[in-house]
Amino acid sequence: MVEIVNSGEQVTAGIVGDIDHHTASGIRTEIDAVLENTTPQLLILDFGGVKFMDSSGIGLILGRQRVLQSFGGRLFIKNATGHAEKIVKLAGLSGLMIGGGKG
Amino acid sequence: MKYTTKNHFKMMIPARSQNEAFARSAVSAFAAQLDPTVEELGDIKAAVSEAVTNCIVHAYADNIGMIELVARILQDDSHDSAPTLYIRVKDKGCGIADIERAKTPLFTTCAEGERAGLGFAVMESFTDRLQVRSKAGAGTTVTMYKRLETRSE
Ligand SMILES: Nc1ncnc2c1ncn2[C@@H]1O[C@H](COP(=O)(O)OP(=O)(O)OP(=O)(O)O)[C@@H](O)[C@H]1O
Ligand SMILES: [Mg+2]
Repeated sequence: MVEIVNSGEQVTAGIVGDIDHHTASGIRTEIDAVLENTTPQLLILDFGGVKFMDSSGIGLILGRQRVLQSFGGRLFIKNATGHAEKIVKLAGLSGLMIGGGKG
Repeated sequence: MKYTTKNHFKMMIPARSQNEAFARSAVSAFAAQLDPTVEELGDIKAAVSEAVTNCIVHAYADNIGMIELVARILQDDSHDSAPTLYIRVKDKGCGIADIERAKTPLFTTCAEGERAGLGFAVMESFTDRLQVRSKAGAGTTVTMYKRLETRSE
């Protein structure tokens, strides 16, 4: 499940639940629908509600980054803790993480 | 090293994506008797999820074959008292032609499916030992060992 907050310039997608191969395609479809309609400058993926994540989450992040790059937007990650954070770091994507409070 | 098997289970599941969550939860519930930390359980769940997902996405890309999942609690017979969780995930799918290449981080044969090529990297870094045996056309067996530090003694 994805909770979307859309201000036009910026979209925040709060992912709730597990991110694995089974759930990733539904999450992808929900986020991409908003990206196509809004073409925001900024997408914040909020991992605060993520209970489990494996490498499918990295595919999801990189895939959304490609969508944003196609119209010059950028992507950041916030509130990645526990294993989501461990896997983001393992993937070498620490640079995309921003502080939980802002954004 | 010599090990005694203290407990074990084995299950067969069809390669359906719904079973990814089931498989990792089953191993996690089994491992709970060792009183692992939250961090260790998270490592185990992620590693199992990677191995089972690979069977579904790669091994049985065009069919729904069966996946065999085995977990064992191993006790080192020598001095050391920390138990080891043994996990084995086996398929009879397409197999891997070049295992070393497959294990290279970011290598994937399925980029269009938004795969990152990080499954083996996760298994390797979240467990203590990863062993991959495969034969093209015959199938793949992934075995992982995870030492669990005992805290309740
Ligand atoms: N059980 C398997 N049967 C056949 N091929 C496999 C199996 N497991 C892995 N592979 C091959 O090894 C490659 C690397 O696997 P790995 O899990 O590291 O990455 P991925 O599955 O491609 O991407 P990710 O796991 O990040 O979603 C796969 O792309 C696939 O070609
Ligand atoms: Mg994989």
